Amino acid sequence: MPASRDGLLRVEGLAKRYPTGDQALAGVDLHVPAGQVLALIGPSGAGKSTFIRCVNRLVEPTAGRVYLDGVEVTALGPAGLRRARRRMGMIFQEFALVERLTVMENVLSGRLGYVGFWPSWFRRFPPADVATAFAVLERVGLGEYVDKRADELSGGQRQRVGIARALVQDPAILLVDEPTASLDPKTSRQIMRLIAELCEERALAAVINIHDVGLAQLFVQRVVGLRQGRIVYDGPPAGLTPEVLTTIYGEEDWSQTSRADDDEDGGRGGLDEERLAGLR
Amino acid sequence: MSTVPAAARRWAPPPLIQNPWLRHGLQVAAAVYLVLALGSLEVNWTRVVDGLGRGWQFVKAFAPPDFLSRRAEIVEGLAESLVMTVTSTVVGVALAVPVGLGAARNLTPLPVYLVCRGIVAVTRTFQEVIVAILFVAMFGFGPLAGMLTLAFATIGFLGKLLAEDIEDTDPEQLEAIRATGASWLQLLNYGVQPQVMPRLIGLCLYRLDINFRESAVIGIVGAGGIGATLNTAFDRYEYDTAAAILVAIIAVVMAAEYASGIIRRRVQ
Repeated sequence: MPASRDGLLRVEGLAKRYPTGDQALAGVDLHVPAGQVLALIGPSGAGKSTFIRCVNRLVEPTAGRVYLDGVEVTALGPAGLRRARRRMGMIFQEFALVERLTVMENVLSGRLGYVGFWPSWFRRFPPADVATAFAVLERVGLGEYVDKRADELSGGQRQRVGIARALVQDPAILLVDEPTASLDPKTSRQIMRLIAELCEERALAAVINIHDVGLAQLFVQRVVGLRQGRIVYDGPPAGLTPEVLTTIYGEEDWSQTSRADDDEDGGRGGLDEERLAGLR
Repeated sequence: MSTVPAAARRWAPPPLIQNPWLRHGLQVAAAVYLVLALGSLEVNWTRVVDGLGRGWQFVKAFAPPDFLSRRAEIVEGLAESLVMTVTSTVVGVALAVPVGLGAARNLTPLPVYLVCRGIVAVTRTFQEVIVAILFVAMFGFGPLAGMLTLAFATIGFLGKLLAEDIEDTDPEQLEAIRATGASWLQLLNYGVQPQVMPRLIGLCLYRLDINFRESAVIGIVGAGGIGATLNTAFDRYEYDTAAAILVAIIAVVMAAEYASGIIRRRVQ
């Protein structure tokens, strides 16, 4: 396959216009090589959430192509799409655990794309899947919480379960949507470090939507800035000068924005609409 | 810190109707209507006094409730009602769940949605008594018509409430399950079911309650059950037996209420 040379994830001219008329993405081209951790930054409504949801087609793009490992995801039928989604682990801002299921059920739900309906209905997953789930839970530090219900956990613990669910999918790439926006600054760092470490260990690529520029700079190899649905910056984290930040976010005093920027708000406004549009 | 003295700043909530003419006009109109309406009543006080005595006789005829002289009929009627209640609830729920899934906009494509919403609308349009009259005409007198009536009504009731509950589920949890590559059935089992199950169980128990009470009503139009027994008792002027039947209905409804309260608390 030509995949390895062109990048693991290849996005060409991706565009999305919602039925409300909002142009969330206006032609995005992006190549992500295997194993690269990339941060996607930009103001609320710039299209970051829409972008990662168009990659795994939770939101149908209106134009453009997405290739994963050389397979055109945007051309797949329902069965093929399910198979492609198994290779893309997704991590959410508000964790998106099924609250009334146990930690183990939540983690094993990452295997749903591999397991038939009846085994999953009776919670009879293959022993290898269960072993993987235990190992991943140990790795994220939740070995003792297997049978707790997801709504009994703290925010940081929930996000670890979300990460574990994405990992048992055996993905090639992680799509991460604001992983730290619902967490306190310390937990945010721990979660970002965990994601970065796991990507390193497993040679995983990742696209991480993030508001906190300082935090992004600490943990990623590449930053892509999105503004009004277009890429306006693509380069190393060190290249985020005040001028570049002004291009991405607009006029503001950026001289203090390097490491300890605690921009926790935002990221919610346009999202609910996007999610609603994505559910059909 | 404000430098304006406190007394200078007064505040009252804005009136509901802005226009003062309309506001005061409505008040005057309401008062005039009340006076005229009371004036139009013609009360014949001598008849009221006479009627009080007869009314009291009527009430006294209910006491004490007579459980014994028509015991066999009461037991049979109650048993029939309970059978109707349980079977109609089971059948109704079995039919309502697929309809409810289909009528949830966030799970179903538009054509299926419209069909299922149509089913819900039709089954909710007609009051149980009207449906019962129709089914009695179609299937003859007796509990079969009653059971079908209640099952039919259950579809609309439960289908609508289940669909609304599914539409209220957290979309992110559903997204997360879909993002794993899960099939539609797996999405239902892992994403939807855990979110709606407690409420669905509560609604089923509530509907069981309603179906029992309705079974008493539709019996009067010939659909069997305790309602038929009650109707017969009134026709024979056996008010003490009728009172016994009413007490029995109250007892069953309260028992069901109590039991469903316990179960609902457990499943949260």
